[in-house]
Amino acid sequence: MPVKSFDMKAPVRDGLGVGIAVGVSGVAFGAAAVTAGLDVLQACALSLFAFTGASQFALIGVVAGGGNLVAGTAGALLLGGRNTLYGLRLAGLLGVRGARRGLAAQGVIDETTAVALAQPSPEAARTAFTATFVSLYLCWNLTTLIGAAGTELVADPAALGLDVVGPATFLALLWPRLKESGQVRLIAVLGAVTAVATASFLPPGVPVLLAASAVLVVTLRPRSDRATEK
Amino acid sequence: MTLWPAVIATCLGCYLLKYAGLAAPQRILDHPEVQRFANLVPVALLAALIAVQTFTHGQALHLDVPRLAGLGAAVLALVLRAPFLVVLAVAAAVAAGLRLIGTGG
Repeated sequence: MPVKSFDMKAPVRDGLGVGIAVGVSGVAFGAAAVTAGLDVLQACALSLFAFTGASQFALIGVVAGGGNLVAGTAGALLLGGRNTLYGLRLAGLLGVRGARRGLAAQGVIDETTAVALAQPSPEAARTAFTATFVSLYLCWNLTTLIGAAGTELVADPAALGLDVVGPATFLALLWPRLKESGQVRLIAVLGAVTAVATASFLPPGVPVLLAASAVLVVTLRPRSDRATEK
Repeated sequence: MTLWPAVIATCLGCYLLKYAGLAAPQRILDHPEVQRFANLVPVALLAALIAVQTFTHGQALHLDVPRLAGLGAAVLALVLRAPFLVVLAVAAAVAAGLRLIGTGG
């Protein structure tokens, strides 16, 4: 039906918009990875196979600081643990089995989850997931290679403002959630304060994970406090 | 010292964490508290990532004026309902512009 194809335009547009916009920030990762001491092949391997920006940045952050590699890997994996939660939420929507599940799993990240869950129907969610995954994967890997191989050209990613792309991405993902309820805003504030307050004495990566406890602190309050949430 | 073991462990681990979520029994989500936690955790993590990347450098508290201004511009763009790509471009452009004219550091 024509109506159906029209309905599918929005999820594809959402997916491509986010996928391409976020995907090109792979150039910042590639440049930062080589600056941190990884070679081009290692930077590309992380983007191809780990394919989850925050974990990738967490690992190279520890490498750059001359930190312990086991701690660096652990920090990257702790951060990657949120993708497990995303997977739990997406499993029912995507309904994939076997080899397709193995392929789809690689696409379970912040951006694909955010775009898929923002869609009005399961069918639109699946389309949005695929559009975001494919465009982001291609852009992220291509620009990782460009950034890593051309580090001489982008010697200082900060001069181009590329270091702001990461937090701005997180902000754009968080923004619509803040409108949900006061409880959500409280969790965001507590999470941010917890992470900054502990950043000075915990290994990089851990403060962000610890911030997840804000959810427990807020949701385990007495039920009467939750009366206004939807 | 080779970095490959850390790179390979991160690649393998990150993939398996994603796969585990898709393959886990959906009964886990039948529990309302688990569902609530899974729904709200990204909010805390995203806010923490923004805060850490904005206010710290390594393990030290650090205020980078151009970066802060870039994020402020992103907030303004979001308030004005700008598309995602515009939000990122505005943030990067403001930070780059301020650094070009040498504000903060």
